[in-house]
Amino acid sequence: MDDTPAGLLKQHLIDPEICIRCNTCEETCPIDAITHNDDNYVVDAEKCNFCMDCISPCPTGAINNWRIVANAWSLDDQFSWEELPPQEDLPGDEENAKLEAMEDDVSALLAEAHLGAGGRMKAPATASRPTVNLYNRSRPAMATVTGAYRLTAADADSDVRHIILDFGETHFPVLEGQSIGIVPLGTDANGAAHRIRLYSISSPRHGERPNTNNLALTVKRELHGVCSNYLCDLKKGDKVEVTGPFGATFLMPNDPSANIIMICTGTGSAPFRGFTEWRRRTMANAPGRMLLFFGARRPEELPYFGPLQKVPESLLGKHLCYSRVPGQPKTYVQDAMRRESETLSALIDKDATHIYVCGLKGMEQGVDAALDDICRGANLTWSDIRAAMRDSGRYHVETY
Amino acid sequence: MLDLINVDYSTQIPNNVGLAEDRQVLRGLERWHPGYLDWWKDMGPEGFQESLVYLRTAVSVDPKGWAKFDYVRMPEYRWGVLLAPQEEGRKVNFGQHIGEPAWQEVPGEYRAMLRRLIVIQGDTEPASVEQQRHLGKTAPSLYDMRNLFQVNVEEGRHLWAMVYLLHKYFGRDGREEAEELLRRRSGDADHPRMLGAFNEATPDWLSFFMFTFFTDRDGKMQLESLAQSGFDPLSRTCRFMLTEEAHHMFVGETGVGRVIERTCKAMKEAGIEDPNDLTKIRALGVIDLPTVQKKLNTHYPLTLDLFGSEISTNAANFYNAGLKGRFEETKIDDDHRLTESTYPVLKLVNGEIRNVDEPALTALNMRLRDDYTNDCAKGVERWNKIIAKEGVNFRLELPHVAFNRQIGEFRDVHATPSGVLLSDGDWAKARDSYLPSSSDGEFIESLMQPQTEPGKYAGWIAPPRIGIDSKSGEFEYVKIHE
Repeated sequence: MDDTPAGLLKQHLIDPEICIRCNTCEETCPIDAITHNDDNYVVDAEKCNFCMDCISPCPTGAINNWRIVANAWSLDDQFSWEELPPQEDLPGDEENAKLEAMEDDVSALLAEAHLGAGGRMKAPATASRPTVNLYNRSRPAMATVTGAYRLTAADADSDVRHIILDFGETHFPVLEGQSIGIVPLGTDANGAAHRIRLYSISSPRHGERPNTNNLALTVKRELHGVCSNYLCDLKKGDKVEVTGPFGATFLMPNDPSANIIMICTGTGSAPFRGFTEWRRRTMANAPGRMLLFFGARRPEELPYFGPLQKVPESLLGKHLCYSRVPGQPKTYVQDAMRRESETLSALIDKDATHIYVCGLKGMEQGVDAALDDICRGANLTWSDIRAAMRDSGRYHVETY
Repeated sequence: MLDLINVDYSTQIPNNVGLAEDRQVLRGLERWHPGYLDWWKDMGPEGFQESLVYLRTAVSVDPKGWAKFDYVRMPEYRWGVLLAPQEEGRKVNFGQHIGEPAWQEVPGEYRAMLRRLIVIQGDTEPASVEQQRHLGKTAPSLYDMRNLFQVNVEEGRHLWAMVYLLHKYFGRDGREEAEELLRRRSGDADHPRMLGAFNEATPDWLSFFMFTFFTDRDGKMQLESLAQSGFDPLSRTCRFMLTEEAHHMFVGETGVGRVIERTCKAMKEAGIEDPNDLTKIRALGVIDLPTVQKKLNTHYPLTLDLFGSEISTNAANFYNAGLKGRFEETKIDDDHRLTESTYPVLKLVNGEIRNVDEPALTALNMRLRDDYTNDCAKGVERWNKIIAKEGVNFRLELPHVAFNRQIGEFRDVHATPSGVLLSDGDWAKARDSYLPSSSDGEFIESLMQPQTEPGKYAGWIAPPRIGIDSKSGEFEYVKIHE
């Protein structure tokens, strides 16, 4: 409750339509916050301390439900339910971001990252339901580094690293597109603990290799960056404190017929590596198209340049753009998009199409302008389409 | 140091009971293990022993990490011995020893009684695996197939749990009983399983869902009352088993619920209002609700029989000795001795069914059965909600306790599902309107066509609301040929 913004409450609830009243949660709860009557199993908002002991033993998943509320539902309210009430609309984007993380500082980071969507983002209709905020600063998950290596060429200007964090027996469920929080060791110049930094996971939900309890990060070393240097210096076997997972909207659609257009620069490619891998591993013959517009200075500085070459065009249409190759004109992602305007405008006009933008804040404007041009060329109005796509969970921006 | 929370994989048998330091028991179990594997290969799921199944394995009894999901070949599943953590200062909570410290060793005077309780419970575990061994071939989806196999491997683990107790606490005769558990066979004329319901066939998936709803719920009631035991190792074993048993009831309750949902939806789409219009409904390739009721009428009385005679001195002795309590014993507000109180028991008195007050101690089977019936009734109401939500005018009902019984007070009479006594002749005429006829059985069998494409479901069952382990609908829960 301590992490929740003033005036609002995070409440743990059990879905009465899915619960089979097996009593496992009530038996498991160490502080007797769960009780039942003849109809429903319910959680006492005044007692529940979010220890999460009840989550993994539940055989149905009914236990894993959360609502942000102004006033907690009482036990009697919950006893009377035949189904869970929907999440109430809370005013403003800021509140929306709180649903994604339920922690003030993390919420602020995500809200900032999602500003470029121009309005409140929604998860795709067919996305899996994300778990958020299982671990926080006062109760972080402990991960072990099981892999850490440089992705960019040794002589490249940028040092981008691929880092694999293993959670051992700790339950840490993630979806592609979600982020985790990293708590750098040590304190800042004023002796205070460092702020949490967010990193998008770059592996699919079932792990770097299928069914491993780990995830990958794609981290660029920033000059004087406390957390990026901390992460880039990690060695195999090091322990890292992790919070999260966070993010409930920038998720991929599970629908195999969904078209997914991914636009990124640099380490903004991280979530798209997860998207592509998940589709490749679980629905390689999906009818939906996947297109990647990926910008970097030079091929040597494009994370995953080698592995990307091996992904077949039938799975992923790749448009790699370089802005600093000697002797070649500078090409940015928006240039490549304009070149593909025919393909893009045809896709944008379809209800099955989802667009994702991820990377530096600076790219937003160029991408938006390109989409505007492409639409105009096809007698479409991008601002209307953008709003419609956003409202139906099909337009997503995460920039920093 | 002995790690009682995390499971010891250093020996062949995953456990949190310090087997590595308990050489004699470890050797005994290692000797039993090959026979168990042979039994699993002979009598376990037929045709899928090499398939990769997305299974949950208990790796620790701690709530945070007690279950881990991964692809496993079933014969390589890590069956283990896991007990819930020991409660400091736990007492015997009922019977004549109430208030004494819980026993960590078998009290000599109750040795035979305890062994019998454990053997009866243990015998049901492999039996259900045997009953369900052919179902994989007709699974309506990979999701359902995976759930079947999860139930099967956990029943296998429950057998391990009981065998551990036999080996650890009952010496040579315990080891012999453990061998016998592998020798009996469900439905075998010469060497059957001990309890009737566990010798019945599970011919189709609706039967499987009914079995996991009703029979595994009997399992839950039995385990819960054994979890009250003053014999602490039995209590701790059963407490952990209950967590797994919950998954089995989930499979049953949602399985039947999904059958009902599909039927109601298909009726609505076809514009059929009358739930009794079997010809039209069956032509849609779904199971009509009256047949679902008949299946329910088959399974519920069989499970009532599992509770034994309404009046039982055995049950009284078990209770008095502090070995087997009531459902949620410690939450009941009374003297926990029951020497003075009575309990109403439904009996046949001069050809009439009525309540008679009996000494509460001898009526313990009846009381547990009543708790069971209440629990079942709530699940049936959930099913009725699905029917009502789809706007179909039909209700499923639990039949009367006198209906179709083989054990106890009503074994010699015939009664309708509403509890009206019938002559033999009337029963013979009405039987097929209460219980599945051979043509009902043939119809259900005709629907049992396998669906093995990821994300696809047979036409007679709705997809689940959410996947296992938050997996998406397309997830390949069983890789059949890898």
